[in-house]
Amino acid sequence: MIDRETVRNVAKLARLGMSEQDLDLFGSQLSVILENIQILQEADVSGVSPTAHASRLTNIMRPDRSRPSYSPEALLANAPDQEDNFLKVNAVLEGE
Amino acid sequence: MTELYELTIHEAGTLLRQRKISSVELTQAHLDRIRAVDPKVKAFTLVTDELALQQAKEADRRIASGTQLAPLTGIPLAIKDVICTKGITTTCGSRMLENFKPPFDATTMKHLHAAGIVMVGKTNMDEFAMGSSTEHSAFFPTHNPWDLERTPGGSSGGSAATVAAGMAMGAYGSDTGGSIRQPGALCNVLGLKPTYGRVSRYGLVAFGSSLDQIGPFARDAHDIALLLQAIAGPDACDSTSSPQPVPDYSVALTGSIKGMRIGVPEEYWVEGTQPGVVKAVREDIETLRTLGAQVSDVSLPSTKYGVAAYYIIAPAEASANLARYDGVKYGYSYRDTDDMWESMEKSRQYGFGQEVKRRIMLGTYALSSGYYDAYYKQAEKVRSLIRQDFEKAFERFDALVSPTSPTVAFKIGEISDPYQMYLSDVFTIPANLAGICGISIPGGFSVGLPVGLQLLGNAFKEDVILRIAHAFEKVTDYHKRWPTAI
Repeated sequence: MIDRETVRNVAKLARLGMSEQDLDLFGSQLSVILENIQILQEADVSGVSPTAHASRLTNIMRPDRSRPSYSPEALLANAPDQEDNFLKVNAVLEGE
Repeated sequence: MTELYELTIHEAGTLLRQRKISSVELTQAHLDRIRAVDPKVKAFTLVTDELALQQAKEADRRIASGTQLAPLTGIPLAIKDVICTKGITTTCGSRMLENFKPPFDATTMKHLHAAGIVMVGKTNMDEFAMGSSTEHSAFFPTHNPWDLERTPGGSSGGSAATVAAGMAMGAYGSDTGGSIRQPGALCNVLGLKPTYGRVSRYGLVAFGSSLDQIGPFARDAHDIALLLQAIAGPDACDSTSSPQPVPDYSVALTGSIKGMRIGVPEEYWVEGTQPGVVKAVREDIETLRTLGAQVSDVSLPSTKYGVAAYYIIAPAEASANLARYDGVKYGYSYRDTDDMWESMEKSRQYGFGQEVKRRIMLGTYALSSGYYDAYYKQAEKVRSLIRQDFEKAFERFDALVSPTSPTVAFKIGEISDPYQMYLSDVFTIPANLAGICGISIPGGFSVGLPVGLQLLGNAFKEDVILRIAHAFEKVTDYHKRWPTAI
């Protein structure tokens, strides 16, 4: 049901690197799962609106006041790489 | 004589306040117990023994001065490794966060520290709380204290096993589709999933944000009441936490359920449920009747769509929530390249395990163009149907009762098909979709292994299901039995 190209495309959308072996494995496993999920199509949902959230709330408001936050050092303590209190990453806008 | 690790929280609390025992003694007893049995059970990702003894000393000082005392002051507890603990690794059972030390405490931890608890350690779990057996931990599987060849359930398997084995007096876990109730059932302890919004999710590493709740494990209903009381309530840091007033849960434990209306959902007796589980739960239902409850059947016709709707909605939310793990800000980072995209893709490839990848793929697929309406939107409509089933049922009933899990604890490695594993949560998933509360309590044994009885309550009716749990315990002794395999 899910071919290799679809798996490859979904992995790309999810920015998930994948070995050739995993492409096959996920293809067959996701097919089985989706087959079982087909039962959803049998449900009569005419006139039913979707539930996105189980919360019984609408909006929660709070005053928009500044509050103390964390120091850059605390927030960057887990960063894989940093420089001058900035996250350091590979160049983003370099050719294609 | 009763060992200190065999006490319940309320019993130990009384002894602490009477100064008959100290928190240091109590804590040491639990650390000794961890040393003795955890090499077999492997429930902890981290044992925080130094911190625990330091917190115990502080608790003893508080008790001596008689100020700021809370029911949990000086009580040794374990915390699932998905709840952020400031400066203490919070791995989520994943290579991705193996070295992650949160810069802040989850709101739950703030409440617990204010109460003066002793944290003995962080507990093992299925990676990012995705799984029903704790086998998907990136580090090692946890073993069931009732049979070491079997899983403790999951995803909060570590938390359930610590309480079952006396390595902590209580524990906290998280439940997105059954991750507290199912391991509670398989390990013979109580596990409560509160109503969505009852407990702040701030600092709970997100899996399915419309489903996740933090909740407690313990060895009796009174302890669950204390553990829930300590963490329930609104929080400015979580806009989905509810302003609904928090009742005194201990007051609800009256011992009487006479006249209470309890429904038995017909659709929860599905094919594939083990006969021993059916037998035990049928007997439990008779016990509730003997206690004076009015028990009758009820239909929840959309139950059959629950697992399918959940395995669209939860992975869809997970695929969005886990997009943050990009190897840039924190967590595992693949650096052996100059290419930003390759770094991101490989960080996720090597940082995540198979089950997490499977769900990210499933969720991304369900949300992708061309499939959104057929899968995601349809699942959200079905979610409304499931919710309406419960709304109708709770017009006629105070609570519903069912098995927690269709099976007793299964063997490590026994279930290799992902979808078979998903079916393990068939009875627990609907409560998360509807946002109502549920608890699993010890409900008997089948072939020497624990069977869980699930009680479902309407939104914010934790007091009702706790009252039933408490009354049930007064006439049964299942919750008092200790595992024999350790």
